[in-house]
Amino acid sequence: MAMTDKQATFTHDDDSVAVVIGSGAGGGTLANELAQQGIDVVVLEAGALHTTADFLADEWASFSQLAWLDTRTTSGSFRLARDFPTLPAWIVKAVGGTTVHWAGASLRIRPHEFAALSHYGEVAGANLLDWPLSYDNLAPYYDRAEKRMGVTRTNDNKGLPGNNNFKVMHAGASKMGYSCNTGHMAINSETRDGRAACQQRGFCFQGCKTGAKWSTLYTELPEGIATGHLELRPESHVARIEHDDSGKVSAVVYFDADGQERRQKARLVAVAGNSLETPRLLLNSASAAFPAGLANGSGQVGRNYMRHMTGSVYATFDDPVHMYRGTTMAGIISDESNHDPSRGFVGGYEMETLSLGLPFMAAFLDPGAWGPRFAGAMDQYDHMAGMWLVGEDLPQETNRVTLNPEVTDRFGLPVANVHYDDHLNDIAMRDHGYRQGAELYRSVGAKDIYEVPPYPSTHNLGTCRMSERPEDGVCNGYGRAHEIPNLFISDGSQFTTSAAENPTLTIVSLAIRQAEHIGQLMQQGDV
Amino acid sequence: MSTTPISRRVFLKGSGGVLAGTLAFASGPIALLAPTRSWAMPLDSLSSRQGETLLAITRQMFPHPGLEDAVYAHVVKSLDRKADDAAMHELLHDGIAELDKAAGGDWLAVEEDEKLDFLAPMAPSAFFQTIRADAVVSLYDNPLAYAHFGYQGAEGDGGYLTKGFDDLTWLPDPAQPEGGYLPNESVG
Repeated sequence: MAMTDKQATFTHDDDSVAVVIGSGAGGGTLANELAQQGIDVVVLEAGALHTTADFLADEWASFSQLAWLDTRTTSGSFRLARDFPTLPAWIVKAVGGTTVHWAGASLRIRPHEFAALSHYGEVAGANLLDWPLSYDNLAPYYDRAEKRMGVTRTNDNKGLPGNNNFKVMHAGASKMGYSCNTGHMAINSETRDGRAACQQRGFCFQGCKTGAKWSTLYTELPEGIATGHLELRPESHVARIEHDDSGKVSAVVYFDADGQERRQKARLVAVAGNSLETPRLLLNSASAAFPAGLANGSGQVGRNYMRHMTGSVYATFDDPVHMYRGTTMAGIISDESNHDPSRGFVGGYEMETLSLGLPFMAAFLDPGAWGPRFAGAMDQYDHMAGMWLVGEDLPQETNRVTLNPEVTDRFGLPVANVHYDDHLNDIAMRDHGYRQGAELYRSVGAKDIYEVPPYPSTHNLGTCRMSERPEDGVCNGYGRAHEIPNLFISDGSQFTTSAAENPTLTIVSLAIRQAEHIGQLMQQGDV
Repeated sequence: MSTTPISRRVFLKGSGGVLAGTLAFASGPIALLAPTRSWAMPLDSLSSRQGETLLAITRQMFPHPGLEDAVYAHVVKSLDRKADDAAMHELLHDGIAELDKAAGGDWLAVEEDEKLDFLAPMAPSAFFQTIRADAVVSLYDNPLAYAHFGYQGAEGDGGYLTKGFDDLTWLPDPAQPEGGYLPNESVG
């Protein structure tokens, strides 16, 4: 039986429902939190419903099953625009959104990172700003998110066991004077919450078949549905949000699984379509009253797109590693995540174990490459260890998501164009990370080192950022649009700055906080 | 000779070739998987010689000294499927003809260590890039390649928890917490 079989249903002209667009970390969590308060919610999810039993232990087949493959376009000097011009992001189009595919790393943003402008000072070419909330504001919600998600090394959840890739990282970290453990992961280290302990499959990116890894697909969404206040509508591709004469949003127009246009009336709308689709939707919803797009009086919708400074270091050894066995990202070094401008850049980065299967290693090791060096790397695949570098990238006004009027999707809607240029700070940080990663692996006997460029982005942030002043961003510290009181931004689009850490834990924490705020606003009659 | 893509397709319907060979490494991981040492791969759109040429091109692009031709043949098979499309067939046909011409008539007959001299200058061409883009997927995304390169693929589906996820012994083990890390151990 599908989890939607016995759910509550609401009519299209029911204007008392909250409509949440997207069912991932932000949307799925928000929808459940609202439903738990007795608020009726309709979740519109563009992707289909796949269960854990559907997940595939096959990288390319899984990619076809889960990835968001609708066309996007790219511009700018970042390398992806050349290597993967129609695939700027590797995110999921399915119920559960990118929580189906995420690696589970659950790190809190550091206190100083919430105040990047104050802490780092002005950086030329960057559009730095402090978040309109502090670490202390969010800390209680981090606590709740960690409990709910079962994050290891919090709430007496023990750490995950280290796999072979971790052993290499750990040995190198010891030589470097770094500290290293198997991380704060939203992956069960013991049977917990009705879900199994991690079986070390190594297919975290292909969907967790045992459900050991937290995903809204089998936690928040079914819990919300069980309240009788949540209706999940998969394969519902939202086209635009409509508003009434007073300037409040009033309905969401979408195409259902049969391609039929539908209009769901709404008391409020929360947008959580990931940082590419969220601004695209607001821009595609332009009207006479909002000619530049909804909530875009500041002109900031789509701007300050961030994707984290990323890169990978792979190293080969005389002896075998088999890095693909086991939890993909359970190995984290945080020693470089502090702010230390003497390294030649502001902000910091995390070092996290990463492995790819043979097919994706071929695709991403050095896109476009051929010849003996490439082949030589592949020859050493089972003797290879790897890490991902993930750090703060700086918001820039010109890094932005816009509508591409020349390219439309199957519903005739302009697609998102993603423009990105690396900031010099990003490049300096990446070079530093490559050097430190290489040194770490050399300290334990690495033979060849491969510096691997960023993959299609998994961390898409900014584009509808929070700001104290309306002219600096799109929404306030609760994700409420500055211009439209019943429109909320509920995903990573809200991030004022990217910080260094993997964003999901913060997206979930913000969604819990936002849901509480929405409940209060509704009680006060303000929404 | 001028041939329209349509008539070429009709002509090709009965003219698919075949790639065949014998495993070079009798005791390699692939031989363990194979029922016999001889292998053959029928082609639907490409001729045998076109198939052999594409296989040799792929070997030049991704030179793995100990990798069986039977694995490279996956690339030829993938291109053969795509060559059902007339434009794709023409691209491959014309590219091979150009390579042969550059090599004085028969690129396959050129000495192994000179083949790349004729192929490399074509790297920017659609012909070369089409083969490269296909090969970087099809060469490494099949069970024979997994066996050769030491990737266990779908074997991981059941989990490596009791099957070697932490069997690396050539580095010191990290200190274990008192109660251990494994799911069946108690919290320390």
